[in-house]
Amino acid sequence: MPKTRVQNSMSAIDLLLGGDPALYAIVRLSLIVSLAATALAAIVALPFGAMLGLTRFPGRAGVIVVLNACMGLPPVVVGLAIYLLLSRSGPLGFLGILFTPQAMILAQALLVFPIIAALTRQTVEDVWSEYRDELMALRVAPFRRVATLLWDARFSLITALLAGFGRAAAEVGTVIIVGGNIDGFTRVMTTAIALETSKGDLPLALGLGLVLIGLIIMINALAWGVRRFGEARAG
Amino acid sequence: MFTRRACIVAFLFAALLFGAPAMAQDNAGNKSIVVASTTSTQDSGLFGYILPIFKAKTGIDVKVIAQGTGQALDTGRRGDADVVFVHAKPAEEQFIAEGAGVRRYPVMYNDFVLIGPKSDPAGIAGTKDIVAALEAIQAKGAPFVSRGDRSGTHQAELALWKAGGIDIAEEKGPWYRDIGQGMGAALNTASAMNAYVLSDRGTWISFKNRGDLTIAVEGDNRLFNQYGVILVNPQKHPHVKQALGQAFIDWLISPDGQKTIANYKIDGQQLFFPNATVPGA
Amino acid sequence: MRAPPSDLPIVFDQVSLQAGEVAILRGVSMVLRPGAPTALIGPNGAGKTTLIRLAASLMVPTSGRVTWGGKPGTDGARFAVVFQRPVMLRRSAAANVAYALPRCPAGERRLRTNELLLQVGLAHLAQRPARRLSGGEQQRLALARALAREPEVLFLDEPTASLDPASTKTVEDVIRTAAASGTKIVIATQNLGQARRLAADVSFMLRGRVHEVGAAEQFFHAPQTAEAAAFLNGDLVV
Repeated sequence: MPKTRVQNSMSAIDLLLGGDPALYAIVRLSLIVSLAATALAAIVALPFGAMLGLTRFPGRAGVIVVLNACMGLPPVVVGLAIYLLLSRSGPLGFLGILFTPQAMILAQALLVFPIIAALTRQTVEDVWSEYRDELMALRVAPFRRVATLLWDARFSLITALLAGFGRAAAEVGTVIIVGGNIDGFTRVMTTAIALETSKGDLPLALGLGLVLIGLIIMINALAWGVRRFGEARAG
Repeated sequence: MFTRRACIVAFLFAALLFGAPAMAQDNAGNKSIVVASTTSTQDSGLFGYILPIFKAKTGIDVKVIAQGTGQALDTGRRGDADVVFVHAKPAEEQFIAEGAGVRRYPVMYNDFVLIGPKSDPAGIAGTKDIVAALEAIQAKGAPFVSRGDRSGTHQAELALWKAGGIDIAEEKGPWYRDIGQGMGAALNTASAMNAYVLSDRGTWISFKNRGDLTIAVEGDNRLFNQYGVILVNPQKHPHVKQALGQAFIDWLISPDGQKTIANYKIDGQQLFFPNATVPGA
Repeated sequence: MRAPPSDLPIVFDQVSLQAGEVAILRGVSMVLRPGAPTALIGPNGAGKTTLIRLAASLMVPTSGRVTWGGKPGTDGARFAVVFQRPVMLRRSAAANVAYALPRCPAGERRLRTNELLLQVGLAHLAQRPARRLSGGEQQRLALARALAREPEVLFLDEPTASLDPASTKTVEDVIRTAAASGTKIVIATQNLGQARRLAADVSFMLRGRVHEVGAAEQFFHAPQTAEAAAFLNGDLVV
């Protein structure tokens, strides 16, 4: 019995190495959805977080607390909200994108946004305390300050992006609700794992899980390499 | 400096704009429908078998969302699916009566089996009377896992308790574990706790984590499980792909579709029995 | 290039700065006029850096006010600051200078950048990441960056405090050139030799006050106050 289990756990890795097209499609979709969601969130969250780090206004502390709290948004709740929004009976139903990868990207982007924004705010605020006098004395316009700080904090911000990506790649709650886990269309690693678990094929589910963890480690290693290389060059 | 930053932003946008829709290309192809169905049809592998055959014949891609029957009907009600393919006749008739669906077509049946541990604490293994078996489980307080998710299987289970005169909402004790999850999860739970559980035969046959579980009761007429298919009402939801959805339904109840369903076997066992032509099914 | 309405003089009128219980500046009144370089000298903690930061609107005085050419605040004022520990942006030396030329067309910006790097003797390090430069090189780069703004007033806060003699000489030469071309230099320094070499007039600060103001020549030969004399002799006990 234990022997066959081990063999079955290896079978997901065999499938991967053997180039099983269905598994590759799932891995590919997982990467595309989570990377696109991280990118989409980052485009808004980086400037938002930076601006929050730089400006002082009444109620700022409240915004920061809410933003930090939102790092722990329950994926199922986000999924449900996006589901109701995108449902044909919902306000954005006319888009017709429920149960598509686009919906999954949107939902994950929402999940990832607070993580990137909150970490960006923290990072940029730290850099700002170092740069403030210099940039003020150089009379740098506010928008350029934001851009400058984001650029100069770029290596630290990689960590924020990775945290966001990790959250997106690892979560199942939103994508299963808004994606529907449709075979060959919206099935990603995490929903495939949930499905195999419900079919009772625990070894295969575990094998898929190992593949997913491997992928996440690879992405992180890649980002780490980029960071080291960039830091070595930019000082 | 600005140009480099612009390049990065442009790259991120590109990844988003080209990456995502590339995965969704068959959205534009349009020869696809969304079918809200039950976990039993998907987990048993039936769709995996019949849908490629259907696609080869018609070119229509069928995207299946596997949910419990109650949730699948809700998905249809909201207009988020073109067709619902479920197994809870009263709920389906209600769906039609509300005007959410056009017409219900019976397609096939399979049967439920009562699964239990080999140790058989309720002493019911091999009996044929499902109602008596449930009464014994309740009387002995043997652990029982309920789906509890408004699925077809859950509704069938509730109907069986009722048939035995047991008001389960009133009489359930700690032995009755309502988990609110799908069939697979219920079987996994039962396997972990050595509990009884009502399952459709298809999911049971393809289920791999059996542990000490085995079939305790089967073959009772009341364990009969009828599947129906319904086109979501295009008058309520104009975007419903009426022609493609109807084509799928027509094929399912055609002699060709019925034969394909009958041909699906696991380990030589036929899982679903076509009965589209049986009146009143 | 110089806009006619001058930002000078900079007038400090009864300026005080309080940080909690500690008085950092106590009712400072002084005038920085166009012309030859002014040195702010005095021991550690005298308030020289604070004075510069107030002039540059990096801080707001607790009481009193600072005016530029008669107007409050620094809006539109053309000044630059070289801090004691300048912050290098995380990019190349050339990009650090180019950063201070945002409105320049690309071609001209490259020319100006080269010119400035050449002036501070860093042309050969143009593509080196600024944060990889030595302390002296960073100080010179900060000076180039400040000059890129073509300031009417250039504040320098201990610009050579941690530099070797060669770097110090380069920096002082650049300062002299800038002063000769009409830039008002305000330099805070503890280095009396440097003040002597560069400044035409001196403000001696002590414990948050301007203690003595005068022409450099006179100040160094015949200080008016006992404290200034003690400071020049190197036996001022704070």
